[in-house]
Amino acid sequence: MSTPLISARGLTKKFGDFTAVNGIDFDVYKGESFGFLGPNGAGKSTAMRIIGATSQRTSGTISILGKDPEINGPQIRAHLGVVPQQDNLDMQLSVTENLYIYGRYFGLPRKFVKQKVEELLAFAQLEEKRDAKVENLSGGMKRRLTIARALVSEPEILMLDEPTTGLDPQARHILWDRLFRLKEQGVTLLITTHFMDEAEQLCDRLIVMDKGSIMAEGSPATLIKDYSSKEVLELRFGSDRNQAVADQLRSMCERIEELPDRVLMYTEDGEELLERVYAANLHPKTSLVRRSSLEDVFLRLTGRTLIE
Amino acid sequence: MSIINIRQGSLVLVDAAKVQSRGAIYVAQARIRQMMKWIWMILGIAIANPVLYLISVGIGLGGLIDKSVGSAGVDGVKYLTFLAPALLAQAAIQGTMDETVFPTLEGFKWHKTFYSMNSTPLTGTQISYGVFLTALFRAFYTVVLYFIVMWLFGAVNSPRAWLAIPTAIFAGASFGALMQALAGRLEDENIFFVVLGRFVMMPLFMFSGTFFPLTSMPFFLQWIGWISPLWHATELGRHLTYGHEVSPTMVWVHFIFLGIMLVAGLFFSARIFTKRLAK
Amino acid sequence: MAVAIADARAGKRGERVYSGRVLQLLERGYIAFKSSTYMIVISGFLEPVLYLLSFGYGIGKLLPTIAVGGETIKYAAFIAPALLATSAMNGAIYDSTMNVFFKLNHDRIYHGMLATSMGPLDVALGEIGWALIRGFSYACAFMVVIAPLGLVVSAWGLLAIPAAVLIAFGFASCGMAVTSYMKSFQQLEIVNMILLPMFLFSGSFYPITVFPQWLQFVVNLLPLSHAIDLVRGLCLGHINFGLAGHALYFVVMIVVGLFFTTKRLNALFMK
Repeated sequence: MSTPLISARGLTKKFGDFTAVNGIDFDVYKGESFGFLGPNGAGKSTAMRIIGATSQRTSGTISILGKDPEINGPQIRAHLGVVPQQDNLDMQLSVTENLYIYGRYFGLPRKFVKQKVEELLAFAQLEEKRDAKVENLSGGMKRRLTIARALVSEPEILMLDEPTTGLDPQARHILWDRLFRLKEQGVTLLITTHFMDEAEQLCDRLIVMDKGSIMAEGSPATLIKDYSSKEVLELRFGSDRNQAVADQLRSMCERIEELPDRVLMYTEDGEELLERVYAANLHPKTSLVRRSSLEDVFLRLTGRTLIE
Repeated sequence: MSIINIRQGSLVLVDAAKVQSRGAIYVAQARIRQMMKWIWMILGIAIANPVLYLISVGIGLGGLIDKSVGSAGVDGVKYLTFLAPALLAQAAIQGTMDETVFPTLEGFKWHKTFYSMNSTPLTGTQISYGVFLTALFRAFYTVVLYFIVMWLFGAVNSPRAWLAIPTAIFAGASFGALMQALAGRLEDENIFFVVLGRFVMMPLFMFSGTFFPLTSMPFFLQWIGWISPLWHATELGRHLTYGHEVSPTMVWVHFIFLGIMLVAGLFFSARIFTKRLAK
Repeated sequence: MAVAIADARAGKRGERVYSGRVLQLLERGYIAFKSSTYMIVISGFLEPVLYLLSFGYGIGKLLPTIAVGGETIKYAAFIAPALLATSAMNGAIYDSTMNVFFKLNHDRIYHGMLATSMGPLDVALGEIGWALIRGFSYACAFMVVIAPLGLVVSAWGLLAIPAAVLIAFGFASCGMAVTSYMKSFQQLEIVNMILLPMFLFSGSFYPITVFPQWLQFVVNLLPLSHAIDLVRGLCLGHINFGLAGHALYFVVMIVVGLFFTTKRLNALFMK
């Protein structure tokens, strides 16, 4: 394999007594789409900020494009496109002006940026809003604008921190489509998310993080294969009965998880298991058979759900 | 998560009729609770402001002016005595303005608290009156503190001078009610603050006969004073604190002007609040 | 695929805090200014004019002349330079406190800027630079009003314009430094609480010699009194070494302010 674009070893970040990132190792290769999956507070954003050369690590080593962010911050940032968790668009400027001036911040020539802005407006499907004030855009449009803005310098690595949090399903799908096109062009994507469907959609490879540490690493498919069964049977018996029937259910499959509102049963064949549940004279209020997801991987690894 | 009790059908906890009659007070209580977080700062400013102005302008500049005008005095009295009632009314106006404009913007725009209030049985009218009552409360203690400082500086020359307290609050209430109505209609506050501060508040402060008799301004600038609640309240205040000459007709004019402003302000702000909440 | 980006100052001293992109930030200021309301622009100019009209005319009737340095001058001529200095201060403080605070904490604009190859000193200088351009225009405009009225007694008065820019620079750098440490909007009120007494006691409306000795001493420590003495000295043609001392006061303010602003922005965004 070629040399990685980003390589971290024992990367640690402490804020006082609190350890946000706890000695993590990872490599990101050119052209891949790499994800950090974990619940809020897992240390994903902190890791992203260190990679973005705007936060200094406490210990460990990290190299980005062969450089150390502690020494070559501005030079590294010149090759990154950053989409922060919270949009930080320039509210005093219009859509076009936001893209234009951001390009200028990179020291790009006016003529180049002006051309680039047109491309970006088309890419972000914001041509009709070109002269609109940023304040008046919808959440999805703002997000697309922030992503377009991050692309103005044609970065080698695009970093997206929770790209679709707070967006409605339609806006999310538009965004995923745009990101997918970038990936096809060979842009290296770095994504943090606490949505397992997003991670499955967008990431070639990901690390599952919890409390600052890496719990597992691999492609979505291998993670699911390694840490979960093929199918999951979700049963609801009503909040007062779930616990009572759990013991009986446990003997019927490899593994079960009791959640406050439902019981998850891990199995290779959900329908068959459901029949056995009925045969045992247990009558759930609702039942659902589905394929295993990264959510189940996370539950297995940490005993907790991604979104709490 | 623990279990909470949501009993169905057995009893009605909320007395809608009670809220109907006392809603504005509930809103005011909530606002005052908010205000209490900053109360020491507000009180500090309320005391520091008159002390600083009275020393700097009243005594510092006043000393030079008293020497310059000699025994005729300014309007027959020392400059400090002349200045103090105007600053008293100004304090009331500033206080009510702060306490109507900012909460209104907060309620409609910044934190949208009015919308959550409105999802309880509270009405738009009650919310507007509640905010106004809070502003009145602030004007009250600001003016009382100011008056005490004035008195300590020896700027009070008449036994009925204390009546300048209610007239000052009256002016504050009138202006505050009007500003509240304006703020209720506001969509873009950035320009508003600049316009309000520099094109309204400052000219009112400078050209309402605050620092010198209105009549010493050129005639074409005197109209600012006539439409300014500050001037009307200052005339009443000067009349009450040191016997500045005001004809009985003019006393009526001052009261009626401020009264109309108050009623119109309250009427419109209630309407504007109700409409905007329902939008 | 990436466009070769001019790492303008790569390898030079201070490349981590400064990338030489102040002009790009001024460009941003200009774009934002183009679409801002002219009311706001005009209003900044209006402030000293209103004071001059009100105090110069109104108080001028009660107090026609005032004695400074053994010379008797018109009251309006006495306050006009002070108003120039004060408005330079006010403009700079507004631009570097309220404005900066919102960009920093509300719109989070600096987060975006610093995610590019720019450094914190670029941001500080760019932001302050814009305040200076504004201060310069206001000072010129005010001069155009007061000079024909005969309120600028000496030709040295022309130097009052660069002096106003120097004053604005000092206040803007310190204002931005202070703002970068503030956590809540209410803390900004503290700035206003300091400004009012400073304005009232720094000798705008009368010579501070009317104060008792100890108060004169305190007032002489305040930046605004140096600003007023500097501009007034130039406008009245009272030229002496004291003026250089006043100017030096602002040079120190500029350096200290920039130092802490850069340091703080570094700590905020690069921690």
